[in-house]
Amino acid sequence: MTSETIASPISPIQYLNAQFRWRWSEIAFWLATLLPPLLTPNYLGLASQIAITGLFALSLDLILGFSGIVSLGHAAYFGIGAYTAGLLSKWGWGEPLTGLLIAAIAAGLFGYLTSFIIARFRHLALIMITLGLGLVLQAAANSASSITGGFDGLQGVHTWPIFGRIHFDLWGYTAYGYALAGLFLIFLISRRLIHSPFGLALRGIRENGQRMPAIGAPTRRHIRTVYTIAAIIAGIAGAMLTQTTETVSLEVLGFQRSADVLVMLILGGTGRLYGGLVGAAVYMIARDQFSGLNPQYWYFWIGLLLIAVVTFLPNGILGGLSLFARRLKAWS
Amino acid sequence: MSETALATRGLYKSFGSLVVAADIEIDLPAGGRYALIGPNGAGKTTLINLMTGMLRPDSGRILLGDTDITALEPDERVRRGLVRTFQINSLFPHLTALESVTLAVCERRRVAETWWRKLTAYRDEIDEAYDILAALTLGPVCHRPTRELAYGQQRLLEIALALAAKPKVLLLDEPAAGVPRDESKDLFAAIAGLSRDITVLFIEHDMDLVFRFASRVIVMVSGRILVEGTPQQIAADPQVRAVYLGKTRPGSREGTAA
Amino acid sequence: MPPVFGVLFDGVAYGMLLFLLSVGLSVTLGMMNFVNLAHCSFAMLGGYVTVTLMSVFGWPFFATLPAAFAAAAAASVVLERILFRRFYHANELEQCLLTIGIVFVSIAAAAYFFGTTDQPVQLPAYLHTSINFAGLNLSVYRMFLTGVAVLITLMLVATIENTRFGAQVRAAVNNQRMARGLGINVDRLFAITFALGSGLAGLGGALAIDLVGLDPSFALTYLIYVLIVVSVGGLGSIAGSFAAAMLLGVSDVAGKYYVPATGSFLIYLVMIVLLMLRPAGIFGRR
Repeated sequence: MTSETIASPISPIQYLNAQFRWRWSEIAFWLATLLPPLLTPNYLGLASQIAITGLFALSLDLILGFSGIVSLGHAAYFGIGAYTAGLLSKWGWGEPLTGLLIAAIAAGLFGYLTSFIIARFRHLALIMITLGLGLVLQAAANSASSITGGFDGLQGVHTWPIFGRIHFDLWGYTAYGYALAGLFLIFLISRRLIHSPFGLALRGIRENGQRMPAIGAPTRRHIRTVYTIAAIIAGIAGAMLTQTTETVSLEVLGFQRSADVLVMLILGGTGRLYGGLVGAAVYMIARDQFSGLNPQYWYFWIGLLLIAVVTFLPNGILGGLSLFARRLKAWS
Repeated sequence: MSETALATRGLYKSFGSLVVAADIEIDLPAGGRYALIGPNGAGKTTLINLMTGMLRPDSGRILLGDTDITALEPDERVRRGLVRTFQINSLFPHLTALESVTLAVCERRRVAETWWRKLTAYRDEIDEAYDILAALTLGPVCHRPTRELAYGQQRLLEIALALAAKPKVLLLDEPAAGVPRDESKDLFAAIAGLSRDITVLFIEHDMDLVFRFASRVIVMVSGRILVEGTPQQIAADPQVRAVYLGKTRPGSREGTAA
Repeated sequence: MPPVFGVLFDGVAYGMLLFLLSVGLSVTLGMMNFVNLAHCSFAMLGGYVTVTLMSVFGWPFFATLPAAFAAAAAASVVLERILFRRFYHANELEQCLLTIGIVFVSIAAAAYFFGTTDQPVQLPAYLHTSINFAGLNLSVYRMFLTGVAVLITLMLVATIENTRFGAQVRAAVNNQRMARGLGINVDRLFAITFALGSGLAGLGGALAIDLVGLDPSFALTYLIYVLIVVSVGGLGSIAGSFAAAMLLGVSDVAGKYYVPATGSFLIYLVMIVLLMLRPAGIFGRR
């Protein structure tokens, strides 16, 4: 996406529209997501996990990459969505789509309420408050083990067939289709959001939060809105995880999960919508390949990777690719 | 009959023992051009911060037209027409000039929260933004990211952002600050071209600008207003000369502008 | 005496430990705005140095304390030189991620060399006793810990208030640009302060072994507590760190004693409420 001077016959609207067009690389990406059932049917479980985690990372990108809100506790909303779906099923209602809807509402409500706190702070105080909120929820869920099932997790989660017809099969085809469809739909919505005036406002907040009130922007309200939307999406991702794996335990709202998704997003590159998806894929495939290793070694390599990414590739994999593409273009 | 566009009554603000504003009484009739001058540390930017709501006064009131805006948040004051620019550019580095001004226009028109429609559906807003930029000679560079613009162009973008909010009262904080001589021509033209519907108060150290554009000058020293008057009166005032203008003779600057 | 005094005693001792662990981070954050989440890795290093010196080389406990301090300080100098320096002007997120990367590496290294179990440490017998005072069993070790911390606090305050070095540190924390303008070599000052702060963390890590244990997850577990102390106390403020550490130490011990079911729940809530009331910390500026 170059930004050269256009002394131009192209009108501003046309120029902007050109920015919003679908690129061939995007189309290739989505076509590629259709490959796993064909090429790697043994890995469909992992593929579903990647789609779901990618969706979770996408929700974090909306607040971190596009709005500049650093959150160390985003798993709270993922976990609320996951537990809502799980509890609904345990209490007798296993219909997946309405389960998603109710989980979205629950996570969104919690997101909306906490957004009033979040929108008031910046810098270290904000980071600590998001961390604190996540830890409080984790501790509360731990205490309420009679409801949440504690570390063993909920028992008796069973997901009904979609539309009453499509069963969740043992191979994982349905799960993957379900997760991928959810991811794609929400991706489309997020893409529209980014290209809307609201997306521009969010970038304004990220670029210069101080200036926003001076142009008449109700910054706090904008932040509350995007935070609620991100919470809803995270909740949907969590619910999908519960429904496709038919388990849910405390780790869904733990600090580890908040930290992991942050690492994935940074790895892929923030503020590009695809960063979370790419990062989730790379991270989880790598973790799967190295899962034979002692977990200690895993953290050694992830630590090294983080240091390397921050030092050499601060815009993540996608940032590096786009830099590479620009260099290539400059030569030709 | 000109009404008062902006007024302050008994504005007072201190940080512990440091008094940054005391007994500030200002009346700005609509449509005029006013300069606020004073030595560094006099409290000029502080006064602007108080007027725009970035700082809360310990006591006193601020009136925009007939409305008491003392309790309003900064963005609400902007929506009522009280807009400022910053002494040090406060822009959006990675947004293009057009995107920045379009954002300001969308915020003014209250459409900035519509996340379900593409930005390009808002033709009027984008056209309006482009027109503002074009009027300030920034049309050809409107698709450049802000951080790639020359400093003088960035200063103009500061003004463009302010104009996008359709101000009734415009507070310019040292608009010419840091602008090299060869780039200041466009800036001066922009300020001269401001509509007479807008009341303008500018802080300046550049006496060229003050004498060219201001009909009234307010002099601040150590948080208080020392004296007010026409540029000629101020230039001749011995108190002002002693405190601020130094020992140069009044009127010796005419005809030496860039 | 009612048990509340016992709780207070334990809480104060724990708070003293948290103070030692946190004060370095607070000052360096306040001075350079560099978010060093690897701070507790230095603490962990100090702890493992003590363990190694005692179990492998047979050093007495007290002799290992200065060694822990020195090792952590030295490690921080090396890391600052080769890595941290490049990130002083990077944004907060990048600094967080860089230093979290270092934390992960340090945890993995600790697990590799020492295993994942708790490290035992053999204190001199007299430190392991408790004194019976007015019906309370007061641990001698906790008294020792408190004594050391108070001594260090006094030294810190004396340095900050009465020496030229201390004045320079205060100036640099208050307004870095101005301090440079006055000719203060802020970079060198920061390197020294960073080393001192990390050294104190290392000392804290060594002292912590008997109180809370030592295993590779120390670097992450106590990071959270340290961050709470620093953000609640206010960046760059020794008094703030002290107050916040006391508050946190007492709250945590009291919470676990009186309402054990909630565990750490209480301090997270206390932190959130305090930050909302005073986002720059109790003694913070801005």
